[in-house]
Amino acid sequence: MHRFAKPSVFLKLADTLMPWMIAITVITGGTGLYLGLFWSPADYQQGDTVRIMYIHVPTAWMGLFCYVGMAICGAMSLIWKHPLADIAARATAPVGAMFTALCLITGSLWGEPMWGTWWVWDARLTSMLILLFLYLGYMALVNAFDDPERGSKAGSALALVGVVNVPIVKFSVDWWNTLHQPASVARMDGPSIDPSMLWPLMLMAVAFTGYYFIILAIRVRSELNERRIRALQLSGLFEQGDGTTSGSALYDQGHNAGAGK
Amino acid sequence: MSDYFMMEGYGLYIWSSYAITAVAMVFLLVTSLRGLGQSRIELDQLETLLKSRRPRRSKSRDARP
Amino acid sequence: MNAFMAILRRDMRLALRQGADSVMVVAFFIVTTTLFPFGVGPEANILARIASGVIWVSALLAAMLSLERVFQTDYEDGTLELLTLSPVPLELVVLGKVATHWLTTGLPLIVAAPLMAVMLNMSTDGFGVLIVAMLIGTPTLSLIGAIGAALILGARRGGVLVSLLVLPLYIPVLIFGAGAVEAALLGMPVQAHLQIMGAILLLSLALAPFAAAHAVRQAVE
Repeated sequence: MHRFAKPSVFLKLADTLMPWMIAITVITGGTGLYLGLFWSPADYQQGDTVRIMYIHVPTAWMGLFCYVGMAICGAMSLIWKHPLADIAARATAPVGAMFTALCLITGSLWGEPMWGTWWVWDARLTSMLILLFLYLGYMALVNAFDDPERGSKAGSALALVGVVNVPIVKFSVDWWNTLHQPASVARMDGPSIDPSMLWPLMLMAVAFTGYYFIILAIRVRSELNERRIRALQLSGLFEQGDGTTSGSALYDQGHNAGAGK
Repeated sequence: MSDYFMMEGYGLYIWSSYAITAVAMVFLLVTSLRGLGQSRIELDQLETLLKSRRPRRSKSRDARP
Repeated sequence: MNAFMAILRRDMRLALRQGADSVMVVAFFIVTTTLFPFGVGPEANILARIASGVIWVSALLAAMLSLERVFQTDYEDGTLELLTLSPVPLELVVLGKVATHWLTTGLPLIVAAPLMAVMLNMSTDGFGVLIVAMLIGTPTLSLIGAIGAALILGARRGGVLVSLLVLPLYIPVLIFGAGAVEAALLGMPVQAHLQIMGAILLLSLALAPFAAAHAVRQAVE
């Protein structure tokens, strides 16, 4: 684990895996779209609107997955003080926020024809909305500091606090909803799901995961570049050393400085 | 074929949710790639600047990040 | 314990010397609550129906408004850095500051809440529970808020930021706080609500000082 956390190693790994990730994302995404839009039958209750599920449900999964990922990165940054963990958390947040927002939007577009309303204060909807707020808070915090590394560290702490709180918030929202309007809202967990619907669902989920890792690799790389720019600016300002440090060594130098070792 | 795109009258909901998702995903991809390109250009400029400012034994310096 | 009391005494003296802070918090609370009748109309039964929620939301906002000063002044004049270097565990320092925040914010709000409940036409059945729920709930607000206040040290536009961080985390307190009062008004048992609020208070009492102290250490590093 520590070996991969070294930025230069991570970049090499990302380079090797990138074509594969792109291939997997394109193939599963294309197949999933085809199966979802053409091959899978319309639901006997919900008609063709069930096709929204093939993006709605995977985006919901991704919204949660990205938050858990951010929290794990936060823990890693707290325990092992890897700057790469901070960077990964920071790169994850926009993807997670986007997927959560998409989940809410597509859910709304599904709810209008099915429930006759764009929004209900259902426990699930409300907790997804709160998840979106948590993402926005994280992103605002991370970008609010002049020193980006301080921002990343504060963000990691927030992600950890959030992960303690998310179950409590989720629990209390469930409780609140059942208190106010017990089971009046149409539930989406109807009959057990048919394979003809499960396949496109799973393929889309894989495609979204692949997309997430592609974006993660891109954003981590540009963040590392930016850190190197800062390191070079500093070394240029102070004219330190013999200046022969190679690129990857500089990455790792920044890494070690960040780790405080 | 137009029947298919109508989706029993729900076409607008279905296609707009697919379209919004596609637009958002492409937008995030493009901004991320643009950010990467920007940082690369900046890095290259800085490296050539530093190199020209103090000439040294030309050691292999991988400009590519 | 002595260190805790010393910090509490110092912060309380500072807060009381500036004086206006607590008064402003209460004034904000009263003004915010007063806005609701203008928004939803002066009908007595509508106001009675929403009273507990309005009071809790206003209390949340008022408590949040004063969060910035928990660490900010000490951060700016360097006191916080000295406190992190002192042999006193930083968690205890944080706890002292949380206690000060509660004494200067939570407690005045609890005093002002029944007044607003009367003005919103809330039935007197709910008063006792409202006060008990606020006694349990407002320390939780101070504890969770301290984490947010510590995280934003040194950030740009910290005041707006802290609300974005802290308000989503306040939701459980709001749900159970307002729920307890509502249950009391409907003549239902309130014990479950209060117990859950107590559990949340204990959990945040156990975790928040560590999280906030961690954030403070990052800030002064």
